[in-house]
Formats: sequence, C-alpha cells, structure tokens
Amino acid sequence: MSAVFKREFRSYFSTPIGFIVLAAFYFFLGLYFSLIYSYGSPDIATVIVAMSTVIVFAMPILTMRLMSEDRRQKVDQALLTAPVSLTSIVLGKFFAALAVFAIGFAPTLIFEIIVASYVTVNIMSYIYALFGMLLLGSALISIGMFISSLTESAVISAILTLVINILVLYMSSFASMVSVSWIATIIEKAAFITAFENFGQNIFSVADVVYFVSISAAFLFLCVRSLDKRRWA
Amino acid sequence: MIEVTGLSKRYGTHLAVKDVSFSIEKGEVIGFLGPNGAGKSTIMNILTGYLSLTQGKVVIDGYDISEYPEDAKRRIGYLPEIPPLYIDMKVREYLNFIYDLKKVKFPKKPHIDEILRLVKIDNVQNRLIKNLSKGYRQRVGFAQALIGNPDVLILDEPTVGLDPKQIIEIRNLISRLGRNHTIILSSHILSEIQAVCKRVIIINRGQIIADDTPDALSEKLSSDHSLVARIVCAEQDMLDALKTIKGVKSVTSLGCKETGSYDFLVEPQPGVDIRGEVSKRVAARGRTLLSLTSNRVSLEQIFLRLTEVSDNDEAKRLLGIDDKPDDEKVSLEMTDGETVTVKTGKDKGEDEE
Repeated sequence: MSAVFKREFRSYFSTPIGFIVLAAFYFFLGLYFSLIYSYGSPDIATVIVAMSTVIVFAMPILTMRLMSEDRRQKVDQALLTAPVSLTSIVLGKFFAALAVFAIGFAPTLIFEIIVASYVTVNIMSYIYALFGMLLLGSALISIGMFISSLTESAVISAILTLVINILVLYMSSFASMVSVSWIATIIEKAAFITAFENFGQNIFSVADVVYFVSISAAFLFLCVRSLDKRRWA
Repeated sequence: MIEVTGLSKRYGTHLAVKDVSFSIEKGEVIGFLGPNGAGKSTIMNILTGYLSLTQGKVVIDGYDISEYPEDAKRRIGYLPEIPPLYIDMKVREYLNFIYDLKKVKFPKKPHIDEILRLVKIDNVQNRLIKNLSKGYRQRVGFAQALIGNPDVLILDEPTVGLDPKQIIEIRNLISRLGRNHTIILSSHILSEIQAVCKRVIIINRGQIIADDTPDALSEKLSSDHSLVARIVCAEQDMLDALKTIKGVKSVTSLGCKETGSYDFLVEPQPGVDIRGEVSKRVAARGRTLLSLTSNRVSLEQIFLRLTEVSDNDEAKRLLGIDDKPDDEKVSLEMTDGETVTVKTGKDKGEDEE
C-alpha cells in the first residue's frame, strides 16, 4: 500500500493537478477568511463550511485520473500482477488523494492561530469542522475513485464525478420538490451537506461519522470489485 | 515449475482459450508461437494472474494462481505486450516504485543498479520515461519484470517494434537469463523463437497445435526441397530435357523472368538430391545455368499456412501430429515461390484453400 501511496502522491505534484487543486483551495480559503475576518467573526469553522462549494469542483480533478489513467496506459498490468492485493492498491490511491486534500486545508491551522492570538476561540468547533471536512472529502474521493475505475477516460470520469458530487451534496435542495413526504425526508437527511453542516455547527454526531465512513468504505469496496471484475471480462 | 491443466478462457460467448494444458520444467526456455489473436497474450495474462480463468488450473511453483495469487505472483516477472510504465516518472524512480510494490527483500540500491546495467539503461536512469524511445521503454519494461529476481519470466513479444540491433540485444539478454530462469516468451516470428527457445508451443485459435523443439518442427514443416533453375535456353526443349533426369518428379516452367532465360521449378522425388544432375544436364545441352536456388518454403510461410487453415485438426495433420492412416497424411508442396498449397493424399490434385 505504501508504494502505491507514495507514487500517487508524488504523481499529483509531477503533474499540474496537485498544484491546481491546492492553488484553488488556498485562493478560496484566503478569500473566505479575509471576508469573514473583516466582518469581525473569529469562526474558522465558517470558512471550512464555505469551502464545500469549492470542493465540489476540485474533487473531480483530484480523482479523475486515479484509476482511469492506469488502465489507459496499461500500467494496471504491473499493479495487478504484482504480489499485492487489490484492496491495498485501492487504499494506497485513496489515501494519496486524501493526503493532498488534507494539505489543501492546512492553511486553516494558520488562520486559527492568527484568530486565537486576538480573541478566545472555541478550538473544538474548528476541530469538528476540519474533521467533518476530511470525512466529507473521503466520501467524495471514494465516489470519484469508483467512477474513475469504470472508465478509461479521465474527462468522462471528471464530468460524471462532478454531476454526482453536486447531486449527493445538495440533493436536500430538491427535497421540497418531492411531494411524497417520506422520500423528501430521506433526500434531505441523506444529502452530504446536511451531515457536514452539523460538524460546522459544533455538533459532533456519531451518526454523521458513521454515515461518511460507511459511504467511503462502500465505494472503496465497489472500486476493488470494479478492478476485480475487469479480470473476468 | 509451471503446470497448466485444462485451461479455458471465455469472453462473453467467445472462447478465447480452449482446454490448454502444458507443463514447464525449471530452467526451460519456452516459446509461444502463434498469429495475432491466437490467445498467446490471454494465456500469459492468466498465468500472471492479470486475468481470471474460466476453467482449469494454473500452478506456479506449487502455488495455485487462483488460490494463492500473491505467492504465485511473487515468483513471476511479467513484461506485457505494452510495457506497463508510468510515463510521468523517471526510470529509476519507476523501478524504485516497482521494487516497493513487489516488496523485494534484496538491498534496494545494488539490486536496481544491477538490473539497470543488465538491460543497459543505466545511462537513462534519470530521464523521464515519457521522453524515452520505444526501444528504451521496452527495456525499462524488461527491467521492471526482473526486479525481485523472480524465477519465472513471462515476456509477451519482447522484441516487437525494436530495431534489428536492439532485437539482437534483447535476444542475447534472454539467452543469458535463460541459464537461471524459467522463461516463457511469445512471438509471431518463428526465427526469433528458434534463436532463443529450446521448446516451442504453437497456439492457434486458442488451442495448442504443436509442442516440440524448434528443430523438429522445422524438419516437419519444411520437408520440401524443390529447386528453381534459371537457364538460358529454349523453354520447351529444356523442359523435356529436365524431365528425363533420374529422380525428378515434376518440372514446371515458371516462364521468363530475366531476358533470354527461363525459370523452371524442379521437384525431386523424396530424399533425392538432384542439384548435380540438373547442372550436368544443362551443360550437356550446351546451355548456361544462371542460377540454381533451393525453393524451400520459409518457415514463416509454412507457419502462416498452418495457422490459416480452417481448423486446428488440419494444422495438426500438416505437422504429422496424429496417427491417421497413411493415405490421409498430408504433404506440403510448392507450386511457386509465393504460395504454398496443401494436398492430402485422399483428394490429390485438389488444392486446399
């Protein structure tokens, strides 16, 4: 797993992808922070929550090549004939993307320190928000990886991931259009944004953690199955 | 070392490999020979665990590839048809990655240095794979297979797309590695296999149609020793003269191919060397013999013919790998330099298509 992780992580920065994603993150983080700070609010959690719209667009770029590129370049033959399990290949790639994603939120730590030097802050609120963001990120990465494993084309993978990301994150907005009340409730509760915003409001709910972790696990599992299925094609 | 029994692979409704069985001893160098689409790559992909098998059993050094994939894969180095390279990595970086991926136990730096030297890519080790030529990429792919020093090397068309000098280098490398590795090598070029392998398995339409030494195969395949003589003469006159030579089975005129001379295809009876007689007869007639060439069908041509025949039973008969009654045995017969026709004893004169 560590070999795949190291390679994928490095590959983000030997191609422009890693830099583009990080640049977008840092730009918007800085923007939101300066806005919020100028309004006199010391809450970095708000900055992190505001980033959810940015990651919808950044995530497809982060995951589009993760599985599809190997297949297009036929490198998967080296990976799949090496004495490693499919699970460790998939996990290596997953953690590489998650690491880049986490680095994207590193500046919030500096923001928190800046704010904390002026006023008393609720450090837990920041930690919850950051933790929630990582959980949301891992769920979206695993979905993106699974989509990437279905195709050889990074472009198709990116577009499809973008559509699915918007859907799973904001489907609560469509809930009011559904007339059947129990379906509307499901849509509203299942939307990633609902669970994520709880973290942003200083609420730590085990249910939300379990929700994101199980979504990630499910799609990573599907990704492994999708690799394995190709052997049977 | 490698034990394959009853191996079949089905893609949807298409049966790509049908009931293939063979076994390879430790230290053997085996050639898989077959036209494109014969199933060579599929079999290799199954042996290396890249593809699953539909039926049968593959055992590598005692480990079943389906049951203990990691143990089996650890013993195999695989160079697929298209070298599996991350083109955005440098050569050494890539080999380091493969080293980590395969969880090799040898000391890292000396092991990789040794392989770089062995495949002669130490001069490009710090270049991006993206910028390397086809020949170098192929060698990086080769290096990748050698990492971890696996006992079994499976090489899918290792010389395809290389220039003649590189082909010779790769062949020499394979021959050297063959001293202490078990190697399976695929190719659609018979002479290549002949150069490095001690045993050949011919595959066509997903089945094994022959499994023998290259020498025995070429013996079986090219039993024909007809001659083409170019003589300055009158056509009909010489035709009659040649026909009367003892041991000549048939003479056909191939017409005028060089001004003032005629070409004749002279076919001797089996086991008779008529070259001397032909030149004597031409001289006795006061004519000039411009050239006398053996019209042996090239191995490639016969191989093509073999793998083009409509069913594998026919091909097996061409190779004499069955015990059908004598009158059904097939002989290869040349009609001209270009095509080979096959006549069976049963329906003589009817050219097989």
